Amino acid sequence: MNYIDSNLKVVGTRPIRPDGVDKVTGRAIYAADTRASGMLWGKILRSPHAHARIVSIDTSKAEKLAGVRAVVTSADFPNIASEEAFVGEGPMNFRDLSANIMARGKALYEGHAVAAVAATTQAIAEDALALIDVKYEVLPHVIDVDEAMADNAPVLHDDMFTSGVTPKPAKASNIAKVVTFKKGDVEAGFKTAEVIVEGTYTTKPVHQAYIEPHACLATYGSDGQITIHSSSQGHFMVRAYTAKLLGMDIANIRCTPAEIGGGFGGKTLVYLEPVAVALSRKTGKSVKMQMTREEVFRGSGPTSGASMDVKIGAKKDGTIVAVNQILKFQAGAFAGSPIGPGCMCGLALYDIEHINVVGYDVVSNRPKVAAYRAPGAPITSFAIESALDELADKLGMDPLTLREKNAARNGSKTHYGVTHSNIGFEQVLAAVKTHPHWKTPVKTGQARGLACGFWFNIGGESSANVHINEDGSVSAATGSPDVGGSRASMGMMVAEVLGISVDKVRTTVADTASIGFTFLTGGSRVTFATGMAVTQAAEKVVDELKKRAAMIWEIQADAVEWRDGKAFPAGSNAGAFEPLDLAAIALKAGRTGGPINAEVSVNAQGAGAGFGAHICDVSVDKETGAVTIERYTAIQDVGKAIHPSYVEGQIQGGAVQGIGWALNEEYIYNDKGQMENPGFLDYRCPVASDIPMIEAVLVEVPNPRHPFGARGVGEVPIVPPMAAIGNAIRRATGVSMPHLPMSPPTILAALSAAGK
Amino acid sequence: MPGLTYTAPTSVDAAVKLLAGSSGLAKVLSGGTDLLVQMRSGRMKPELIVDTKKIPGIMDIREENGGLIVGAATPGAVVEANAAMNKAWPGVVEALDLIGSTQVQGRCSLAGNLCNASPAADSVPALYAAAATAVIVGSKGRREIPVEQVPTGPGRTSLAKDEFILEFKFPPRPAHSGDAYLRFIPRTEMDIAVVGCGISVTLDDKGVCTAARCSLGAVAPTVLLVQAMADALVGHTLDDATLAKLDAAAQAACKPINDKRGTIEYRTKVAGVLARRAAKIAFDRASGKTVKAH
Ligand SMILES: Cc1cc2nc3c(=O)[nH]c(=O)nc-3n(C[C@H](O)[C@H](O)[C@H](O)COP(=O)(O)OP(=O)(O)OC[C@H]3O[C@@H](n4cnc5c(N)ncnc54)[C@H](O)[C@@H]3O)c2cc1C
Repeated sequence: MNYIDSNLKVVGTRPIRPDGVDKVTGRAIYAADTRASGMLWGKILRSPHAHARIVSIDTSKAEKLAGVRAVVTSADFPNIASEEAFVGEGPMNFRDLSANIMARGKALYEGHAVAAVAATTQAIAEDALALIDVKYEVLPHVIDVDEAMADNAPVLHDDMFTSGVTPKPAKASNIAKVVTFKKGDVEAGFKTAEVIVEGTYTTKPVHQAYIEPHACLATYGSDGQITIHSSSQGHFMVRAYTAKLLGMDIANIRCTPAEIGGGFGGKTLVYLEPVAVALSRKTGKSVKMQMTREEVFRGSGPTSGASMDVKIGAKKDGTIVAVNQILKFQAGAFAGSPIGPGCMCGLALYDIEHINVVGYDVVSNRPKVAAYRAPGAPITSFAIESALDELADKLGMDPLTLREKNAARNGSKTHYGVTHSNIGFEQVLAAVKTHPHWKTPVKTGQARGLACGFWFNIGGESSANVHINEDGSVSAATGSPDVGGSRASMGMMVAEVLGISVDKVRTTVADTASIGFTFLTGGSRVTFATGMAVTQAAEKVVDELKKRAAMIWEIQADAVEWRDGKAFPAGSNAGAFEPLDLAAIALKAGRTGGPINAEVSVNAQGAGAGFGAHICDVSVDKETGAVTIERYTAIQDVGKAIHPSYVEGQIQGGAVQGIGWALNEEYIYNDKGQMENPGFLDYRCPVASDIPMIEAVLVEVPNPRHPFGARGVGEVPIVPPMAAIGNAIRRATGVSMPHLPMSPPTILAALSAAGK
Repeated sequence: MPGLTYTAPTSVDAAVKLLAGSSGLAKVLSGGTDLLVQMRSGRMKPELIVDTKKIPGIMDIREENGGLIVGAATPGAVVEANAAMNKAWPGVVEALDLIGSTQVQGRCSLAGNLCNASPAADSVPALYAAAATAVIVGSKGRREIPVEQVPTGPGRTSLAKDEFILEFKFPPRPAHSGDAYLRFIPRTEMDIAVVGCGISVTLDDKGVCTAARCSLGAVAPTVLLVQAMADALVGHTLDDATLAKLDAAAQAACKPINDKRGTIEYRTKVAGVLARRAAKIAFDRASGKTVKAH
């Protein structure tokens, strides 16, 4: 059924989130909060070198330390062949993932795991790490993407021959692949251009900076049955990766999702779980592992840093005729940066006749990148949206008008082949135009920036069930870890379909043995895909409830109507019966066919793409280079906000992470390739006082493929901030800011280089 | 692993005895906002902790001979709530107020900030500018030295193993005096100074500076007391020429390093900027204006 234009009673309201009390009272069980009797502590030894051959690992001294129960190295994991992973988010290869969680032959970045210990206490485990004798042959390393592509760069993998070029290169390099997207004839396009802008842009890798470090508790039973408690964006993902990396059957592993303290894409792959299982297998005890913040920074994935060239040609009236974009993305130590989305997303917002995009996926000696909110899109959009701002200036055109003129609409064909349908970009731009922020003149001493962003959003496989309890209350379960309030929105959709109040529905996240397969929480898919599954499950339950009422009344099922949580006879012909509510029907369930429930699994298609536009006013202290964000408005097409507060929360959170990315976040490496700022003191995420109130404006262009019109909302908001802020700074100072982060020293240096 | 002994003596004598009698690393504890963090990270492994907070008077503020005396372990929040300190030394108060968060404010002390001996410590440039002295107690008795003689290098002080600071003395404040502290950090809080600058001045009736003390933080291995900056101010009103001289003197005094918190070039430039801005506030305060620096 489709509820888009119906009179909704629950969807669109703002009830208190069901997981809220536990979280604010500290009772919620996160991954590090679980314990088992007799459990051991696992700790990982990490490479101090950015690039080194592992000559030998002598674990004997560590093994002899009192309290140490086991040490594992890559020798304890099967050496698996190269194979594209079918789980997780973003491109990953099983062999690479295996080598990432435990270095095999070579340590490829500082922080790369080389061995792990299980001991009776954390302190003993740490002491044991110091007793493991690893002999390294230190190799030259490379951190920067442009340097990693140079001819004489140290090569990480001697079997990496660039794919996507013909003929296949004879020499191994750090370029894993080259991807190309072409539309029209870009050469011809530039010939018709009257105005051209060109620029080179760089962004730094930034960490997802979830507040909860990775943690897990794993038990390998003597019968080979394994249980894992951990916090991730997908416990089915944890199960599949662990099974594959240890050569086990998926059915023998049961993963229970802990409450998750943030992921933002960074918990879409595993680091600890297979290691904990290997240690548990070796010791026969439960093994608990948890990373320190320092380990999170040194050992887990940020998103790519990049170097990009952009050339845009336009007519004097603002029509963009041709774009050339080259993107080089750092993948970290193994292939698989989000170069694909990087090539697609920046230009997906505009209807442009001639496009040529070339992307490079490049390895270097830093942690393997992991997904981070709209992987690739914020990077490419920083380049495109910054260049567009320069183009607007050169044309003497308002930056909003330039975007309106070129905006993608329904029917616009992208350079990657997809034709847009049911998108709301024009409506977003219209909302910018009428918003008080845009209409208010810029204050003296400040300047305003505008930038837009796009993300595909995805659907995919989800399972959900809805169960009517004996007293008529409702339990709903899904396989989607709740990272953004999805238990609330799932419960609301169920309540809406059943016609009851939301506090009658309890929603949980079921473990891998208790519900059908569900793809991880990522790609902004849960409200869309799992929401579809849970809605369909609720509808099935309604059908069943009508059947049961019909049995009780001894009439035909199609003579029953479901309204406001009750069965009614459909019209006077059906007979005169008092309506039956859930409790009344549940009471008689035993006599009408047994328990009333439904489980639905879907492979949801038609996730509506998302578009957003951010407006930002800044002031710049020209003597210190400090930037103050004075006012910030984020406007986004959200399809339909099931729970508007959480949608606003997603938009505000994305904007804040973008502000950090724009202004201060970066990895600082010394000349040995070691990270110098693996903590929140010097890896500078914004603090609360850095951020003004972020006004989130919800534009609702319903997605017809979802029962309530929802489209993903969690990723678009991190796409525009960097360019919105950069454009504002450029307008405030008169100096272009093509390099992130736009930290005070960078800005001051740029101002003095420009003679300001 | 050697054990850790925690003690909280209730007299100076007992504290000194404990420190003198320890064979391993003994650490004095005031608020613990540096020490505990260092212990947790494994950087500092003391055998003995001597918590001073039970020593009478060490967390109090009192007036004596027209000056103010602040107990070594007095938490930032207590100093900020003290009217006499706010009136006489708003620069010291605002410097201490910059340390950490509300939670840290409940514990962090001047003695800890000074003896942790970080070149970036926020209250230290303000203490130098204020010409405060430290009253030090130890086995050999009591001595009083200018605060700038306490830190000797990053993490090092001139105190003997059995010595600790009991209190700070702030001199009486002449009429038309004012002080100020400014720091630069990339964010708005919870950060370490990239540059800090403390300035204290006394003016005559016409606004001409008759006495000045100026200091810079985070631009050298220790906080610097910069005479050339003071020389640029004394004998002048705060006109553009004076400001330019002050800026140049500050930049000339910098001996910073390139590190993850800032480049040499950046720190040097910003030292000049902060010097000018802090001087303006100090002069305004000396002229009787109430100015908020942060
Ligand atoms: C979250 C956080 C934020 C922070 N932000 C800032 C900031 O913005 N600016 C800043 O400057 N600092 C900051 N700090 C550091 C710290 O809070 C300050 O240096 C504080 O002033 C230390 O005081 P304390 O009393 O806690 O010192 P303690 O930790 O008790 O002691 C610090 C050192 O001084 C020694 N010591 C203590 N008392 C005495 C004494 N009476 N005599 C001799 N030696 C003594 C100790 O042995 C130790 O070596 C921050 C710390 C944290 C945890």
